[in-house]
Order: sequence, then C-alpha cells, then structure tokens
Amino acid sequence: MTGSATGTQVGSETTTAALEATARRTAMRRGVIWVLTGIAVMWLFAAGVEGSATSTWNLSVSTDLTLSLPSAATAWVLGGIICALGIIQVVRPLPFAGAFSVLVVLLAVAAFLTWATRDQSFSMVGMLQSTVTRATPLALGALAGVLCERSGVVNIAIEGMMLFSAFMAAFAASASGNLWVGMLVGVLGGALLAWGHAGLSVTYRVDQIISGTAINFFATGMTAYLAASVLTSNPELNRSGTFGNWKLPLLGDIPFVGEFLFDNNIYVYAMYVLLPFVTWMLFRSRWGLRVRSVGEHPRAADTVGINVLGTRYRSVVLGGMAAGMAGSFLPLGSVGSFQEDMTAGRGFIALAVMIFGRWNPMGALGAALLFGFAESLNSKLAILGTPIPSEFLLMAPYVVTLFVVAGFGGRSRPPAADGQPYETN
Amino acid sequence: MPEHTEQPPEGSEAGDASETADPAADGGTRNSLVRRIYETLKVPALAVFSALVVGGLLIMFTDDDVLWAWARFFNDPMRALSRSAGTVWDAYSALFQGAVGSPAAISESLLRATPLILAGLAVAFAFKAALFNIGANGQMIVGALAAGWAGFSLDLPGPLAIACALLAGAAAGAVWAGIAGALKATTGAHEVITTIMLNFIAGLLLAYALTTEAFLPAGQGNPVSKPILEGSRLPRFIDGERVDLGIVIAVAAVVVVWWILERSTLGFQVKAVGLNPHAARYAGMKVAGITVLTMAISGSLTGLGGATLPLGPTGVLTAGIVGTLGFDAIAVALLGRSNPWGVLGAGLLFGGLNAGAVRMQAETQIPVDIVIVIQALIILFVAAPALVRAIYRVRTGDADAPVFTSSWGSS
Repeated sequence: MTGSATGTQVGSETTTAALEATARRTAMRRGVIWVLTGIAVMWLFAAGVEGSATSTWNLSVSTDLTLSLPSAATAWVLGGIICALGIIQVVRPLPFAGAFSVLVVLLAVAAFLTWATRDQSFSMVGMLQSTVTRATPLALGALAGVLCERSGVVNIAIEGMMLFSAFMAAFAASASGNLWVGMLVGVLGGALLAWGHAGLSVTYRVDQIISGTAINFFATGMTAYLAASVLTSNPELNRSGTFGNWKLPLLGDIPFVGEFLFDNNIYVYAMYVLLPFVTWMLFRSRWGLRVRSVGEHPRAADTVGINVLGTRYRSVVLGGMAAGMAGSFLPLGSVGSFQEDMTAGRGFIALAVMIFGRWNPMGALGAALLFGFAESLNSKLAILGTPIPSEFLLMAPYVVTLFVVAGFGGRSRPPAADGQPYETN
Repeated sequence: MPEHTEQPPEGSEAGDASETADPAADGGTRNSLVRRIYETLKVPALAVFSALVVGGLLIMFTDDDVLWAWARFFNDPMRALSRSAGTVWDAYSALFQGAVGSPAAISESLLRATPLILAGLAVAFAFKAALFNIGANGQMIVGALAAGWAGFSLDLPGPLAIACALLAGAAAGAVWAGIAGALKATTGAHEVITTIMLNFIAGLLLAYALTTEAFLPAGQGNPVSKPILEGSRLPRFIDGERVDLGIVIAVAAVVVVWWILERSTLGFQVKAVGLNPHAARYAGMKVAGITVLTMAISGSLTGLGGATLPLGPTGVLTAGIVGTLGFDAIAVALLGRSNPWGVLGAGLLFGGLNAGAVRMQAETQIPVDIVIVIQALIILFVAAPALVRAIYRVRTGDADAPVFTSSWGSS
C-alpha cells in the first residue's frame, strides 16, 4: 500500500512542509464532510417530520425505563451539533479527529433512529445487546487474523477455521453433553487447521493465500460432507444447546448499560477480556515485540536470535484457537446446533474487521461493534417497517468497509513482511 | 527430508531435465515434447490421484457398513477389506459414469464446466498481474443479473438478443471488477478485501432485484424472475442434450485469453506488472491503468460466465443461481496453473466431478460435498509440489511452485 512512501521521506524541510499542507487539507476535507453530513441529517431526518411526533426508546427490559424524545427537535439538534463540529474543524482542526469522526457517525445514527422510530416505541436495549452478541464472532475472528498477520502470515482461512470449529464444537458438545467440552474441542479444531496452514505456508512455503483458499475449501467440503453423512442420520449428535446468559453481579444490575453489556453469555465476556489482553500482550510484552518483529523484519529478528519459523507457527496456531472460539460461538453461543455453511461469510467479514481495525485487536473490537450494530439495526428496522429495503441496510457495512479500506489506504499499513515466506539458511 | 539435500539446486533442474535426466530425449523434438507434457502434467496428475485416494479413505470411514466390518476385522479380515474396496469402487465408478459414462453425462459435465472455465480464466488472468480476484462470485452474480434482465426484457430479433444479453453480463462483470481495480490503482485498497465486500454487495443486490416489479412476474412473491425469452436463450446444438453454446464461448475465450497473454502487447504488460510493478513503471508502463484494465477484463470473463447461467437450461434468475461457482473458479485457476489451456483442462475436470457427484449421490447416497473435499485436496497438492515430492519421491523443481500473488502490502 502507499503508506510507506510518505513515511520514509520525513526529514528534509520541504517534505515536512508538504506533509503539513497535506494534513491541513485532509483536516479541511474532513470538516466539510461533517458539515455536509449535518445538513443531510437535518434535511432527511428532521425537515419532513411533524413537530408532534415522539420517539420512544425502551432502555431496560426488566424495568420500564424509557426515553421519550420529540423526533423532529432531536434530529434538528443532532444535525446542528454535527454541523457545528464540522465548522470548528474547518476553522481550527480538532485534536483526536478520528474520535470525533466516530462521534459524528454515532450522532448521525442517533438522528436516523429518532426518525425511523417516530411515533413508535423501540427497544434500544435489545438492539444494543444484539449488537454486542453479533459483534462477538467477528471480533474473535478478527483476533485470529491479527495474531497470524502480526507474525507475517496472511490468514484468509478464518472462514474455514470458524466453520470447521463450529462443526467440531457442536459435535463434541452433543456427544459429550457438556458445552465446555464442545468449546474446548472447537478451539482445538481451529488450532488443528491453523497448524495445517502454518505447515503449508511456513514450512512448505506455499503461497499463503492459496493455502488459505485450500483450507476454506477443505472446511466447507468436510463439514458439509460430515453433516450430510453423519449428522443427518444421527440427529442426536447435533443437539448441542447453548450457553445461557450469565448476569455479572453488580455490573449487571446497572440500568441500561449493565443490561446490554453485562448480561450475556460467556463468549461475549471472552471477547471483553481477550481483545484488550492480546492488545496489551502484543504491544507491551516481550512476546508481543518478538511476534511483531518477525512480522515486520524477519531477517533482523533472526539475526538477534529470535526463532522466526517457531514464532510464526505459535502465532498462527494461537490465531487458529481464536478462530476456534469464534466458530464455536455459532453453535454454542447462538444457534444450538451445527448447520451447513453456518458461518455465512463471517470469517471474511472478520478479515475486513481486522483491516478496518488496522491490525490492532482494540481497533478490531470497535470495527466489529460497528458491523454488529449495522446487522442488529437492520433486523430491528425490519420490524419497524421503514421504507428502506432491508437489503440496502445489510449492504451498508460492506459499502462502508469499501470506503474505509480505500480511504485508509495511506494510513492502514499491514505488517511489512505479511505474506512473505521466510527461508532460513 | 533427507533427499532434499542430495539433489542439485532445484531451480536449474526443472528447466533442462529433458537434456540431462533422460538420454533418450536427445533423439528429437517429438520426444522432448512428450517429455515436456509429462513434466507439466506430472504434479497435477499426482495431485488429482492423491486427492482421490484421500477422498476414498474418507468415503470408507464414514460408511456404516465399512466401519461395522472393520470393527470385526479379526473375525473376518477379508470382509473388511472387500467392503472397503467395494464401497469406494461403487462410489468412484458412479462418479465416473456420471461424468463421462454416456452422451448425456458428457453433456452435463460440459454444461457445468462452462461457467467454471470462464471464471477460472478470469481468476488466472488476474493472477498474471499479481492480482487475486477473489470476487469472481460477485462478478458472476452481477453478470447473471444483467444478462437475465436483458434476457427477459429485450425482445430483439435473432442472434442480436443473445449477443446483447451476453454483452450485458460481460459489461456488468467488468464494471464490478473494475471498481476493485480502480480502488487498488488509486488508493492502494487491497483487491482481496474490496472484492470480498463487492461479493456481499452483489449478493444483496440480486436479492433486492428479486423483490422488485422489474424482475418478478406480475403477482408473484417468490424470488424467481420472469422467464428468459426464448430468443435470448443460448441455443443447443445436440438434439436432446442440455449442453449449449456456452461451452463453445468458453473454449473461444480460452483461445482469446491465450492470445492476449502470449501474443499481444497488453499481455506482456500485464505479466510485467505482475512480475515487478516497479520495473514495469520504470519501463514506461502505466501500472495503474493496466491494473484497472486487467481487473475489467477479468470481470468481463466472469460476468460472461455468470451470464451463461440464466441464459442456459435454468432459464430464470434465482437468488442462489451462482452458488459458490466463483470460489470454485479459484480452484480451477490454481489447478490450471494460471495457464489458459490448463484452466480449460481443470474446468472440464471440475465440471465432470460436479456432474458425476450428482449421480454418485443418487446411486450410493454419498453426499456430493465429498467433491469439495477432493477439490480442496487437489489445490493443496498442486500448490505444494514439495508435498508431492515428499510423498512420491519424484523430482519436481521448486520452479514448479506456482507463485500467484504476494500479500496485502506488495507494492
């Protein structure tokens, strides 16, 4: 990608000035986009709405905590805030512009929601809880990608690893009658395919994308074949059931926030714990430094005595275990059984989430929540009956990813040695 | 691997094997041609063979009768062996019969091979420019969508109707892939991500189209489009068989792509960009333009492949019309080693496997999905010649290892 070209030339004064001018232009453009967004929000979601309409949002399942907003007025105010932010940004660039961009998106979405729910009542807490649940397999899958790619091994086989571990988890949980056994076997299943991926791409130096493609094929075919030949004739081997919700003490009792964040199943908590933990490990620990050095400059890492191939093997297998968690979530955390092709492209979305999150687990968590939000918004809006066809709402995250990948082209940089086999002498 | 160290450097060996390894090959060009064909086909043939062996083991050990016989192996070892062999023999002979056993079977194989060859060519063509077009599925979907729409709404005379529908499909595919190419060329967005996203968008677009009045017959709620007009359907050229003009188009496309790659300036530029974009730029080639053009050509081939689906025996557009053909096409391109003639062979092989699997499932109740496993194993063995070398102790140079793409951050 183009990022490295600008990074290497910093130093001479002319390029510094040029860089500043570019940054200034980028900031201006960002501000203008915000202003336009604000105007669009006011025009679309406020202008045509009757003054008397109110949007009622339920903020709690157990109590009747609700928020009633005058639809038009709220949308005017939200649009106004976005415009004001944009004007400030144009006049004098704000620090943390990225965070403000996220805020602008959130405000725009809130305005959209007041419009979509005018004169209706809408379970806000339900939508947010489903956001968190839907984000879980994406975030864990993206974690798999981050672990592999930080060590320099491209992993487009997340989909296959997830599917295979979903099968293994459902099968093991049904056969043993214990969900924890299912989870363990699912994680091991992911690790097994990842080990294969590492063997092919690290030891045999097969093109990593081809190895990934082959693993995806293998997982699709194998699970479909086993499901058709074994599970259909023995349906008792495909009745895993799901982990129930486990409400955290104290935290789970917080109204609204506690209800959607801390009343979930074990996988959601695993996501809360694993992603920050791996981020910390990657960027603050000796292990993380080694993994990243192998992914950025394996020759240098080798010179200082780091075992490049071993580090890659371990990272890829760890990544496979994360994909195994993501995959086993599908039967054990959500559906209750294995279904053919049940990942339905989530592994590929996890790949996009990883890039969206710039190869950083916390970034991936944010991106996963965004995708989860879009999915759950769509399913809830289908009930409300908005005039927008559901297909277009479902398209939204993919279109956004396209723009983001294109827009971040300069800034989102993969590990330098990502995808390159390493030959020891 | 011990034998690895005993051999001379692998790279030099593959090229001049015909002179050094086999004195008989000195005789004449005929011998060296045979030798070359043998060298080219050795790995793919061994890969297919190995994949069938592993697939056979899988068939054996998921069959209840076979397992039952093995459980009593010490009482009656011959029975276990014969049951195993019998099961696999039944399965593979049904597969073979269903693929090439009768004119009808051959017709069905060719029909299934058509979109695979076209899309496989597309993926292979992009590989030549070091682009990984994983979006063949989406491009096939928009191709099918556009061709289907043209097929039931444009009532044109004679061959014009067919030409228009095919052209619409090719154009839609070219635009869809062109988006990914343009994003790559202008912003550096990696084509693997953009084409995957475009796959999802295309699928949803088709689902949406099949809810609109423009596509559905009046008063119908099912997501099945109006039937393609008789004049726009691809003509069949053998009485009583379903195979149609599509396979002729596919073979013609093989020749065209071969010509572009091997005989034209464009093909030279595409390959130059694929091998070293920096050198290509230094030599005065417009790398960005070639990237966009490569993707557009690739997309037009895929779109054409997608167009053959509604215009063929199906005769309507449905939400699942493309299935996973676009992903199967990647396997076809890999097995064909990105060579147009190789793609033709691989497409015919996969078409035959898919057609045969249907008969195998009907006769032996072995799920068709076994074919996907076999295909995955074929890709694996083809992509890892070192693996084949290790298993069969044959000499295949590392030069045989197909290098298609590098990673996210290649340039």
